[in-house]
Amino acid sequence: MDKKIVWTKKDLLGLEYLSKEEIEHILYTAASFKEVTTRQVKKVPALRGKTVVNLFYEPSTRTRMSFELAAKRLSADVINMEIEASSVKKGETLIDTGRNIEALKIDIIVVRHSCSGAPNILARSVKSSVVNAGDGWHEHPTQALLDMFTLKSKLGRIEGLNVSIIGDIAHSRVARSNIWGLTKLGAKVTVCAPKMLIPEGIEKMGVKVTSKLDEALEGADAINVLRMQFERDSGAAFPSKLEYFKDFGITKERLKQCKADIVVMHPGPINRGIEMSSEVADGKNSVILEQVTNGIAVRMAVLYLVGLVKEGAR
Amino acid sequence: MKLKEKAKILDELAMDKALERMAHEVIEKTVPGTQTVVVGIKSRGAYIGNRLADKIKNISGTRPNVGALDITLYRDDLTQVSEQPTVHATEIDFDIDRKRVILVDDVLFTGRTIRCALDALIDFGRPAEIQLAVLIDRGHRELPIRADYVGKNVPTSMKETVDVKLKESDGKDEVVLCEKT
Repeated sequence: MDKKIVWTKKDLLGLEYLSKEEIEHILYTAASFKEVTTRQVKKVPALRGKTVVNLFYEPSTRTRMSFELAAKRLSADVINMEIEASSVKKGETLIDTGRNIEALKIDIIVVRHSCSGAPNILARSVKSSVVNAGDGWHEHPTQALLDMFTLKSKLGRIEGLNVSIIGDIAHSRVARSNIWGLTKLGAKVTVCAPKMLIPEGIEKMGVKVTSKLDEALEGADAINVLRMQFERDSGAAFPSKLEYFKDFGITKERLKQCKADIVVMHPGPINRGIEMSSEVADGKNSVILEQVTNGIAVRMAVLYLVGLVKEGAR
Repeated sequence: MKLKEKAKILDELAMDKALERMAHEVIEKTVPGTQTVVVGIKSRGAYIGNRLADKIKNISGTRPNVGALDITLYRDDLTQVSEQPTVHATEIDFDIDRKRVILVDDVLFTGRTIRCALDALIDFGRPAEIQLAVLIDRGHRELPIRADYVGKNVPTSMKETVDVKLKESDGKDEVVLCEKT
């Protein structure tokens, strides 16, 4: 058994802060947890006696359910905090909320917040482990990790792959986390969006930038299609959804010019007929549902790793 | 803490003979009608399990299914060990319901690893029976666990360690007794 300690962080705040080795360690650990989800008894006692709280300031079904299931499969106890019915409504601050949670001896806080950096502030203020489930436009590390895990299981590696991220890059924490993770592991990343949705200076992250979908699709081994958030920020860039679909929608026609076994990913939920056609979403290149399954294994790995970091490191 | 080699317990030939004898014993105790499978505890137990299965095939003509079990997630000391053990994947791609499972490990010591393995196996199904085969039994049990097939019994003191080296992982076959200095 190897004695080298790879994981020493009590929190997972973003892929920006991780080394290539640490990311690979998470992916390796996730593979073992994937095996657990195929058993009859999908439970292991690794986090028995530990408590996880889901602190979601923004709505979520997918990510929250995924974290809850992951924690339960590790035999941890889970509490879901209903923000609407909590003292947050009375104006309680994030740090105070965190300190109260810590006083309850809760081991892991999984937090989603609309402010970029909120998990970082929380992590500094409490001894409990903090896992970022999405903060503002900053990062969504577990999503990127499960995207990479899916890529690795379909294509065998990350290094040297051509991966294109298509959609509202400016407002996407999924895009940012993916860019950090993929570049650290040696993939060649292209981002593709209408000009207004490309953040300034993104080339400095080591990615190619284009506003032409065909350029992003050419030679790509995999594409990650982001959701257009018309109800939020993306709406300003486009007069209509049909127009977006015409220029940036992924259709069977568009995929004809790509590699036959190109991997098509999407973090969900899909806007069918806007960022991709139903044909593609349900087609043979799509791994969207596999991503969801892999999400449990990856989140189990993350909870396992941060949950067992020693007291002294906190 | 340094380790000083004190004595060689088994050399390559002796190890092979011990495994051969254990294979015969496993076959001897086979109840007609039950299928036998071998599950080795990662990592050295898995290599020994494979060798045992090969020997069973040479003698009886059929090779039992072989799986490898990683018990890291079932350890009772996860919150206490200083190094964080890496979780490796368990590979048991056959059904263990109603089968006779031969659990295999290199050294039987306190018995806690075997306790983990039993918990893990029960999560996979309901075997007809579980038997334990170990290369070395060094005594000092802390739980009521015993082996059915033993390569060699080696009484040891708490200051000593038993070091098993296998060709598959360490380049050579031998078992040495070391003392902590």
